[in-house]
Amino acid sequence: MNAKIDIALTLNGEAVTGRAEPRMLASDFIRDVLLMTGTHVGCEQGVCGACTIRFNGVVARSCLLFAAQLDGAVVETVESLGAPHDLNDIQKAFRKHHALQCGFCTPGFLMTVSEILQTLPLSTDHEIRDALSGNLCRCTGYEHIVRAVRDLVNQRDGVQA
Amino acid sequence: MNDAAIPKDTRSAPAPETSRPKYIGERVQRLEDPRLLTGTGRYTADIRFERMAHLAFVRSDQAHARILGIETDDAATFPGVIAVLTAQDFSEIPDLVAPSRMKNYHPTHCPVLARDTVRYVGEPVAVVVASDRYLAEDAANAIVVDYEPLGASSDPAAALLGDAVFLHDEVPGNLVLERSFATGDAGSAIAGAAHVVEGRFRLRRKSPMAMEPRAYVADYDRGRDALTLYGATQIPGVVRDELAKLLNIAGNRIRVIAPDVGGGFGGKGSLYPEEIIVAALARRLARPVKYVSDRLEDLTSTSQGFDEYVEARLAFDDDGMFIALDAEVIGDIGAYSIYPWTAALEPVQVASFLPGPYKTPHYRGRVRGVCTPKPPTGPYRGVGRPMAVFALERLVDMAAETLDMDRAEIRRRNLVQPDEFPHRIGSGIIWNHSGFTECLDAAVKAVDYSGFKERQLLALEQGRWIGLGIGSYAELTGIGSRIAVAPGMPINTGNETATVRIDATGAVIATFATASHGQSLETTLAQIVAEELGVRPQDVQIVQGDTGMTAHGTGTYASRSAVIGGGAAILTTRALLKKVKRVAGRLFDVDPDRVETGDGEIYVPGTNHRIGFDELARAVYSDMATLPLAARETLESQENYDPVLGTTTSSTHIAEVEIDPETLSIRLTRFVVAEDCGRMINPQVVDGQVHGGVVQGIGVALLEELEFDATGQLLSASLADYLIPTSAESPHIEVIHLETVLPDNPGGFRGMGEGGTIGAPAAIANAVADALAHLGIGISELPITPSKLHRLIAAKNLTKDRE
Ligand code: FES
Ligand code: FES
Repeated sequence: MNAKIDIALTLNGEAVTGRAEPRMLASDFIRDVLLMTGTHVGCEQGVCGACTIRFNGVVARSCLLFAAQLDGAVVETVESLGAPHDLNDIQKAFRKHHALQCGFCTPGFLMTVSEILQTLPLSTDHEIRDALSGNLCRCTGYEHIVRAVRDLVNQRDGVQA
Repeated sequence: MNDAAIPKDTRSAPAPETSRPKYIGERVQRLEDPRLLTGTGRYTADIRFERMAHLAFVRSDQAHARILGIETDDAATFPGVIAVLTAQDFSEIPDLVAPSRMKNYHPTHCPVLARDTVRYVGEPVAVVVASDRYLAEDAANAIVVDYEPLGASSDPAAALLGDAVFLHDEVPGNLVLERSFATGDAGSAIAGAAHVVEGRFRLRRKSPMAMEPRAYVADYDRGRDALTLYGATQIPGVVRDELAKLLNIAGNRIRVIAPDVGGGFGGKGSLYPEEIIVAALARRLARPVKYVSDRLEDLTSTSQGFDEYVEARLAFDDDGMFIALDAEVIGDIGAYSIYPWTAALEPVQVASFLPGPYKTPHYRGRVRGVCTPKPPTGPYRGVGRPMAVFALERLVDMAAETLDMDRAEIRRRNLVQPDEFPHRIGSGIIWNHSGFTECLDAAVKAVDYSGFKERQLLALEQGRWIGLGIGSYAELTGIGSRIAVAPGMPINTGNETATVRIDATGAVIATFATASHGQSLETTLAQIVAEELGVRPQDVQIVQGDTGMTAHGTGTYASRSAVIGGGAAILTTRALLKKVKRVAGRLFDVDPDRVETGDGEIYVPGTNHRIGFDELARAVYSDMATLPLAARETLESQENYDPVLGTTTSSTHIAEVEIDPETLSIRLTRFVVAEDCGRMINPQVVDGQVHGGVVQGIGVALLEELEFDATGQLLSASLADYLIPTSAESPHIEVIHLETVLPDNPGGFRGMGEGGTIGAPAAIANAVADALAHLGIGISELPITPSKLHRLIAAKNLTKDRE
């Protein structure tokens, strides 16, 4: 049961391989084997959302996947977004609105926001709060995160704030 | 954002008038953000070293039991296992004991691994070292511990009874501490008063629940005999000092670093057995050792918060003026008195802050801290004050109801008035001038308070239950050494030393012993240094959270860092600026007083003398021709700041709720905070702290409860059972900043990191009680949940039927 297997995937646009026991969690595999530590682990119970990644284009909790399930998959993590000196629009909005404090939950929020901006109308703040409710943040009280997302939705929809 | 500006009276030392750009008070974008937004932060769990070994702990599944035996032989043969250790393998490490000079205090002895007795579910009993965490856990699962249950009461009142089982031989009657406060004669004042209201209030146990679970990595350099511990901690300085003692290592051979830390809220503010073991094993095995706790471990082994009963009576006259307050506080402190704070921290603060921001001539408060077989309690955001404010503000509303007086009006009458500061309350705390009445007025004005009654009646006619509640409070922040030393703890939390230097390239580095874990100190302290020195915030590198960089310091907690760290930043940078001007005056051949600085340039107004900090640095450090030896001053200053006492921060929170009569779900429909935190360094950061604090307060009021059964088993042991607020339950939060009178400290700052959690529970409890007023139901326990409401209403109906 503990024999390691080869896992090959596309991670943030790059073809990578790693070896892991099949039981290893995808979150641990990404962090400890592929050494992309931007994906955080806050609960390993699928509740907090800190480990949120894009798995074949769809957001998923990497702590609820096994490393073996990543074989052949296309995976994006927070590292696929902008770089420290070249933040993308979502990251810029988070910075502008002070939507992060300790930053531990932030990668998960950024991945969630990158999807909901593409999939949901988010016409009211209420809708934004609902769409974010699968990600926990203990620092911000969510107020500034909601403002950042509102700003991004306005940009997307060409609405003047 | 609702930014009300109130005229200021600047008693504090203002920065000397210059044309230098201002950064204090600006919404400077955070300097820590680019790394935290891109996955390039470095949290403890991200740190790895070659040959790193991993730990898994075996934790007690019994609350109070004798350990009869631990079977480790099988586990030791598991693949990847390097060592399996129990208490006897750490016999050289002294027990953790939190001393205090407080009378009637009995410290407990907490071994790093349970020796022969376990005292709570989750207490570490054995540890496995393996080449990988999965393998370590496999082996840990194979360890069998044989227990003989000893029984104990998980209820603190029962634990005080004569026949209760003692948790510690050295704590007679399970009474860890007892302390009383008295001013005047509350007993006879209550007996003679026209009106008295009373209640028995209960706040349930919480978990600080930082999103990052606790984690530690130690790296031992065998050649240099140097140990480095990276840890998710708020108090690297305290950890270093105590580890040096416990492991018997010189302080200069051990360095504790708090890298990026994913929130703390008090939970990472104590010294833990796990970090001692990680450090000890790295040295013993001469290889790096890592331990990352999982969420279940965090819920059972990180210090917990609150958990007390308050029985209180408030006496007042026909005009609603408070006469006397009397309180009995019982704090359930859990199994051990936590290092370094002691078990006194939380419950004693309940009793000492209970009189609140009001003038109540007579006060008597007694607090007892009781040990029970549960995880130790420690600091949690607000410390004592959420309970104190909840109990008092409920009594205040009950008093208003008794007299049929307006709830804002009864507060207005009793609050310390602007011309009555400083004011000493019955527990001995002294309030300095802060916007007590101004905050109340501003909050009341913001919510259309006078129109609420009408809205409420209208709603009731439509079958909707809505309520409004007020929570007013004051707190002491940025506490200096005279107060910090009073409880007789083994550490000095009352001062901060800053070192600011300009290096040979002209770059500015400012070093502090604070340890930011979300507070934005890399930005706010840089704003202070930048403004005072005349550079840009992004040009200032803030170094903190590393004991290798400072002689002494404790860390970040208790709303201290902006006031004390900020004060040290100002004093130090001013001293450095003097040197800069002296050297520049020499270079320009002008009087140093004529030299100005700003945005990285040093110049003399009205002349063409203008150089950069790099040129100044070159003249001082590298270019041996320009300045004579005597003028080559080291461009570095170090100053200490100790506020001696503390500053008073005040606030009023107003909550509006709607309760669904069918499901009894409680929804927050509005939340307003008016607060006086003095001069703001960065208003956006202040707002963020208030929002985060309020939402934790919402958790306190409506959701969070660590539930234990009668034997001490935790029933809410996951994030699916222990609910914290999500964005869906959190309302939009309006914040009104008042700057009434600036406190007398270098920056005019007041601490504000905890306030949100202090005021919100009371305001929400009062709002829920208001929404249920037509049913005659009061709120005396938090969190209040739909199922508890259901029970309250059912009980009320039952008594009605009986009548
Ligand atoms: S770590 Fe995956 S949801 Fe919390
Ligand atoms: S910023 Fe700290 S948990 Fe969200």
